Amino acid sequence: MGGIPHDSYEPKSGFEKWLNSRLPVVGLIYSTLMIPTPKNLNWWWIFGIVLAFCLVLQIVTGIVLAMHYTPHVDQAFASIEHIMRDVNGGWALRYLHMNGASLFFFAVYIHIFRGLYYGSYKAPREITWIVGMLIYLLMMATAFMGYVLPWGQMSFWGATVITGLFGAIPGIGETIQTWLLGGPSVDNATLNRFFSLHYLLPFVIAGLVIVHVWAFHTTGNNNPTGVEVRRESKAIAEKDTVPFWPYYVIKDVFWLVVILVVFVAIVGFMPNYFGDPVNYVEANPLSTPQHIVPEWYFLPFYAILRGITFDILFLEAKFLGVLAMFGSILVMALVPWLDTSRVRSGRFRPQFKYWFWLLVIDFIILMWCGSQPAEGLVPLISLLGAIYWFAYFLVILPLLGVTETPLDQPKTIADDFDSHYPPTPAE
Amino acid sequence: MSHAEDQSGSRRDFLYVATAAAGAVATGAAVWPLVNQMNPSADVLAVATKEVDVTAIEAGTQLTVKWLGKPVFIRHRTDEEITAARAVDIDDLRDMLAENDNLDASADASDMNRTIDAEGKWLVMMGVCTHLGCIPLGDAGDFGGWFCPCHGSHYDTAGRIRKGPAPRNLDIPVAAFVSDLVIKLGKDGE
Repeated sequence: MGGIPHDSYEPKSGFEKWLNSRLPVVGLIYSTLMIPTPKNLNWWWIFGIVLAFCLVLQIVTGIVLAMHYTPHVDQAFASIEHIMRDVNGGWALRYLHMNGASLFFFAVYIHIFRGLYYGSYKAPREITWIVGMLIYLLMMATAFMGYVLPWGQMSFWGATVITGLFGAIPGIGETIQTWLLGGPSVDNATLNRFFSLHYLLPFVIAGLVIVHVWAFHTTGNNNPTGVEVRRESKAIAEKDTVPFWPYYVIKDVFWLVVILVVFVAIVGFMPNYFGDPVNYVEANPLSTPQHIVPEWYFLPFYAILRGITFDILFLEAKFLGVLAMFGSILVMALVPWLDTSRVRSGRFRPQFKYWFWLLVIDFIILMWCGSQPAEGLVPLISLLGAIYWFAYFLVILPLLGVTETPLDQPKTIADDFDSHYPPTPAE
Repeated sequence: MSHAEDQSGSRRDFLYVATAAAGAVATGAAVWPLVNQMNPSADVLAVATKEVDVTAIEAGTQLTVKWLGKPVFIRHRTDEEITAARAVDIDDLRDMLAENDNLDASADASDMNRTIDAEGKWLVMMGVCTHLGCIPLGDAGDFGGWFCPCHGSHYDTAGRIRKGPAPRNLDIPVAAFVSDLVIKLGKDGE
């Protein structure tokens, strides 16, 4: 896997040598697990493991749920109730799957904002970032289609609104929308294909996760100082790093257990907290719920969508809202080329810090806006929030690289580490 | 180009291009059925007309019927509603087109062009907000017509968009009176 110098796998027994000359799979696993990892990673770096856990949890619970679910408009809602009441342990599997989606997005947002703060997207880690953004897009598509499957009121109307976004494309929109739905409205054809794709996409995500890990194992991990690991020799690299196994595995798994304690408490005691009660009413094409809201993890982007209420030239407000929503993710994906600062870590960027935390607050405010009816001040606040989101990526980051005077960075990761944990004097 | 190598090269180039072109056509032919299978199936497309008896709809009320998987509003308007709708200047409208499938696409959004009858008593519209497809609520909104609860679009008593994010007036489907009080939705053989 190139990159930082480290020990490689040496087959010892006869069988190992036999296998290694035919399929070097043990060596691949060895190199992946023993990857030299900066020894100063802080707690913000644990979410990779949490995300890997979530993907496995969703795939495993999803596969067994699919054994009991029926993707037909007449039976989908009833089959969910069948899972909840009749299938052995079905309620637990479904609640794990439902809340697993929330944990997945909670972890991915922390993971993304961690990358934004510490400049993990900067050269040479652009590919890792882009692949990560693709994974995030696929996660959103998968979660959206999964939410349609119970065929509740929010499933149906959420699907209607979101597929309606494609109808907003001038000219060909309606054709695309009909193609996506398989008819003039959300119906059985839609439910069937969403089920098929909801089952498929997690495996595509799993493939991209491998590419994501491959990419940052090639470049090496970023770290809180943003200073690169020295790689002149193995001995020097070892001053800045520790092997992933066992050091980071133990640390990550410890935090995973802490997070799972909270997760299981939610699954056990308040499993519907993140859901909408309206989704326990079966879908009715003739009655729109009073207030359509997506799941919490889509709210900031939903707020941006609704924030645009005016036409610009020949473009309708509806299409502009759609452009703004997809654009808000696109500008985030392009951040490796928008941030002009040479300094990677926000720790050494005195002005950047404030703009970054303002972006986090902006994200939370947009999330709140998305949960509210589009009345009163909400559309205006959404619009201002959307403007800041774009300004951060398109104006502030390019300018800060020029105007900001960064603080002194430590020369090496070992220096930074030793200043936090002074080495014990030699005995 | 007189060199023998160039001639054989150009012949080889031709074979490359021809092979690539044949490959592209074959790939397209293989992919198209996979794309096309997602288009509406024959049973979904099957002719759908619906006749609705409107005798029981009193002035000031509306009936919602399901047609092609979507709601259709059939409203019996009161005189006040008709007067209010006819008092609007077309230049004040956000969408100045009738959006009426029974008329030419360039017909303006005057109240006459929106109703099914000359008197303006009967308004037949798709009950689907032109923003993102929610169902607007009747007798609601700032203009006494319809209000979409999803993103706050207001329609007037002729179903024309007046305020909010929706881009167009509510669509009017192909519909006509087939007898005094029976409306037929859709067209045979379409």
